[in-house]
Amino acid sequence: MSMPMYVSPEQVMKDRADYARKGIARGRSAAAVSYADGIVLCAENPSSTLRKVSEIYDRMAFAGVGKYNEFDSLRIAGVRQADLRGYNYSREDVDARSLANWYAQILGQTFTHEMKPMEVEILVAEIGPERDQSQMFHILYDGTVVDEHDFTVLGGEAESIAERLGASWSAGQDLGPALRSVVDALAGPDRTLASGDLEVAVLAYGNGRRAFRRLADADVDALLAD
Amino acid sequence: MAGDRRATMGHIISHRSIEKVFPADRHSGVAIAGAAGPAMEMVKLFQLQLEHYEKVEGSTLSLDGKANQLSQMVRGHLPIAMQGMAVVPLFAGFDLARKAGRIFQYDVTGGRYEETNFATTGSGGMLASTVIKVGFSEDMTSGAAIDLAIDALFRAADDDSATGGPDLVRGIYPTVATITAEGFERVADSDVASRFASLAERLTTQAPVGAETTDDRGDI
Repeated sequence: MSMPMYVSPEQVMKDRADYARKGIARGRSAAAVSYADGIVLCAENPSSTLRKVSEIYDRMAFAGVGKYNEFDSLRIAGVRQADLRGYNYSREDVDARSLANWYAQILGQTFTHEMKPMEVEILVAEIGPERDQSQMFHILYDGTVVDEHDFTVLGGEAESIAERLGASWSAGQDLGPALRSVVDALAGPDRTLASGDLEVAVLAYGNGRRAFRRLADADVDALLAD
Repeated sequence: MAGDRRATMGHIISHRSIEKVFPADRHSGVAIAGAAGPAMEMVKLFQLQLEHYEKVEGSTLSLDGKANQLSQMVRGHLPIAMQGMAVVPLFAGFDLARKAGRIFQYDVTGGRYEETNFATTGSGGMLASTVIKVGFSEDMTSGAAIDLAIDALFRAADDDSATGGPDLVRGIYPTVATITAEGFERVADSDVASRFASLAERLTTQAPVGAETTDDRGDI
């Protein structure tokens, strides 16, 4: 009878983390920044049908990078969770913090108990009932939650993009300058990104109950050209 | 779409300012008649279903799809309807594919009937539909259509005790909404109030129908 080989838990976790990070680094990044009228979410995504950024609830949006089928099933589960909570209780009882915790539980459980971790990084962004209460919860493949107020970047190159974004971001920007700084940060010094390479959406006050709006390529072009 | 504001419990008026016309989503609306509790629950669930579909799929249901969904909900309600708590909604919306407004009527079994020009539901529905039938023309402007709907509700309230008329003392007026390519939009209460005022003026300058049975003031 053969004994199963002993592998230390540290090694198992490290291998899984490496695996997940590698998967995430293969895809393009996404970023979200707060601006004067809410939050703008921008993902590098040449597809115009497979979405990385989408609506979750009245004032909440979702962004995911990594393996498409994995973050898309998380997105759908999140929409269901939010809609059920709003139906059972009240629309105002649906909040990003609790959804982010729920996502963190799922990702954490999968990371420790399953053979394969999810190769995703996701974002739950919310504009508060009053202005300047934007919250962004950045959730990693292992269930780690990071909360941000000003901006956050998802993906393999997050660190260098966040560095560039930190240099150009300032509080209370209009949509145009905010979007330009995100796009420049995503592109880096050696590339330029056109509207066709991007997926852009906003959570903005003034959009009514459902604050989420996608921006068409023409709108993105106009904002980038300003 | 227009609806009065009265809820009754037997012969008692249980609520004076209930809403019966709701947006279903951006380009459609739903109006309810029947048992208030189940009807409002049905609207809430219907709105949720449409929004949930839109968010999950990234696109809205077709207008036929929405009408069908509501039909299934009415059919599912049949056992409770048989116990006396029927819900009979109206559904109307702007069909973005056909570029036209469309109206759907239902029965308690979930039967779905598309109407070409107008539809009514509820206890005063027959009365209202007669008024609309007489006054309707295909080329009406939205203002004329609102006036006709208001007239129909007023006449229905005149003869049906479960339909409420305009409440001038409390400032409660029927809910009126238009649905166009731009979406569902409620007509402001002030606009509805002034349309009622001109209707009342028109009616008092004419000899009101049934005036010989009213007292000296000639109130309707």
